[in-house]
Amino acid sequence: MGKTLLDKVWDLHKVATLPSGQDQLFIGLHLVHEVTSPQAFQALTDRGLTVLFPQRTFATVDHIIPTDGQRRPFADELAEQMMRAIEENARRHGILFFGNTDDQGIVHIIGPELGLTQPGMTIACGDSHTSTHGALGSLAFGVGTSQIRDILASQTLSLTRPKVRRIEVTGTLRPGVHAKDLIIRIIADLGVNGGIGYAYEYGGPAVSALPMEARLTMCNMSIEGGARAGYINPDSVTFEYLKGRRFVPAGKDYEKAVQFWKGMASDPDADYADTHTLDGSSLEPMISWGINPGQAIGVSGKLPRVSEARPADQEALRKAYDHTGFTEGEPVQGLAVDVAFIGSCTNGRISDLREAARVVKGRKVSSRVKALVVPGSRAVLRQATEEGLPEIFREAGFEWRDAGCSMCLAMNPDKLTGRQVCASSSNRNFIGRQGSPHGRTLLMSPAMAAAAAIAGEVVDARHMLPAGNGRS
Amino acid sequence: MAESTSIRKLITGRAIVVPGDDIDTDRIIPARYLRLITFEELGKYAFFDERFDDNGKPRKHPLNDPRFTGGSIMLVNRNFGCGSSREHAPQSLMRMGIQAFVGESFAEIFSGNCTALGLPAARVSHEDAVRLQSFVEADPALVITVDLESLTVSAGGRKVSFTMPDSDRKSLVSGTWDTTAMLLANRDAIKAAAARIPYLGFGAASGGGRG
Repeated sequence: MGKTLLDKVWDLHKVATLPSGQDQLFIGLHLVHEVTSPQAFQALTDRGLTVLFPQRTFATVDHIIPTDGQRRPFADELAEQMMRAIEENARRHGILFFGNTDDQGIVHIIGPELGLTQPGMTIACGDSHTSTHGALGSLAFGVGTSQIRDILASQTLSLTRPKVRRIEVTGTLRPGVHAKDLIIRIIADLGVNGGIGYAYEYGGPAVSALPMEARLTMCNMSIEGGARAGYINPDSVTFEYLKGRRFVPAGKDYEKAVQFWKGMASDPDADYADTHTLDGSSLEPMISWGINPGQAIGVSGKLPRVSEARPADQEALRKAYDHTGFTEGEPVQGLAVDVAFIGSCTNGRISDLREAARVVKGRKVSSRVKALVVPGSRAVLRQATEEGLPEIFREAGFEWRDAGCSMCLAMNPDKLTGRQVCASSSNRNFIGRQGSPHGRTLLMSPAMAAAAAIAGEVVDARHMLPAGNGRS
Repeated sequence: MAESTSIRKLITGRAIVVPGDDIDTDRIIPARYLRLITFEELGKYAFFDERFDDNGKPRKHPLNDPRFTGGSIMLVNRNFGCGSSREHAPQSLMRMGIQAFVGESFAEIFSGNCTALGLPAARVSHEDAVRLQSFVEADPALVITVDLESLTVSAGGRKVSFTMPDSDRKSLVSGTWDTTAMLLANRDAIKAAAARIPYLGFGAASGGGRG
């Protein structure tokens, strides 16, 4: 029986079996940001420890950074204090910090962008969306602050090997259907807790056909399905994406790296704990309308009736209606929207902004909608500028912002107020997530969020695309 | 490294019932309270937006319910702690006095964070979770015991069994849930692993080759 990528990566990085029965795993790439790391650095100092492999940790700032002017000091004193802490910790421990450079951006955007993320690696970060990096064929997962402390001190973690679920997507995504729709559908099918104890391996023709940025979107939301990690086996798309990036080997070394990467992919006869299959051709644009990402329906659908749901899901549905005030059985199309947010580690890449711009071009944002575009990194911002995207968005009435996490989780000044409804390209529609305890979040693709901004309500973005040109 | 103070075999106390599936870490600790460089103040902010209205007035919530004041064992339901990896969530609950969780299931990063803080997260069946919650609702003074050696939760003479990953149980009962020293003890093996992992020897195209 062959091995999965997870097995191969695990075995390569295993340092020891610990008395608890867990494995000690070497972490090849450690990414840190300002929110979850200061307490870990402090713990290190308190114990008189140092960073064992400072060259394997890289730092950025993303969660707290304002997006409407990033001049120092930040207006928010708490944010400024966090920025100073990460600057100081990086300096003191010899860690490369991108926060003050042209490479600043959301940690899960810049890792792949700089070529830090590579196939066959173990990658950890104090952020649940670390699963993103699995798109390049790495084993990548979020950790808590105590584990950040462990990695800083030892470059290793104590871990239990997860089971691997193969998620096979057959067919072809139809024009105007994106990776975001696919992953939301998978979460809706398997449940927000369906992946506990598993890593998800995504494959099949519809996944192989996805470009790298779409794969990143897909793996990003693995955690919303309860799977701490999600990955896609490395292939020619992966190798082409990595070629020439700053931290990727060049020339002969690149060829050597490709050989190593190829060898880390799951064997054809690999053994999986189980397999879930769905037909990619059957999908339409998806909207997570409730209070978790799995409460989702297709754009042609109607909000579910509590009485018709599985008994185990009814309580959560009731809670969703309590919070949203939406009506059972009403069509999701036509739900009024007050805010549109395009950005985040899920959908803040250049291809996402291009998709949104195609919908927006030549149109105007509804007078009732506040709309903003937040590039995922300064590199994305530069590329978008080169392509003239900021003008398209601004002319339509969008605000064009600096890079950061922004309204995905509202740790900076970008927040919903009151009971606003936000069409959002982010990853979580939890109660209070976007900064207002009463706010409501509709998760969707960037194209769908752009279309909602224009229409002032949820619409099918496919009707707003140039004819015969809906394919991403 | 095991000190007697870090051993977690028996947790005894009154309970707090926090019902509901998929209670995420944004609800447990809203993101705006993460703008702090220490965990010290977090006990004040647990479930803040559910406990207080926009004017800061207490709302109806288990953590505001005087019947549950002083409770140290939180009784929850399915997929508790899903969402963000923020250790701030179990930190905030620990700092307001929680010493153990009993529920149907826990999100993986959350339960890992709990173990790393010495907080057991005991999994019981749906039926037992609901029963335990109803016992406590009926008699909030009931003393609950979570026994990590017999893997049982007792409540007033009634006993249900629970599960937890054996590695978590071992770490908690042996007092080795703070793993840093244990990991560092294998320093030679860590160096040996680093020496055999191919990509650590790769050069980089430009600017990246820092060793």
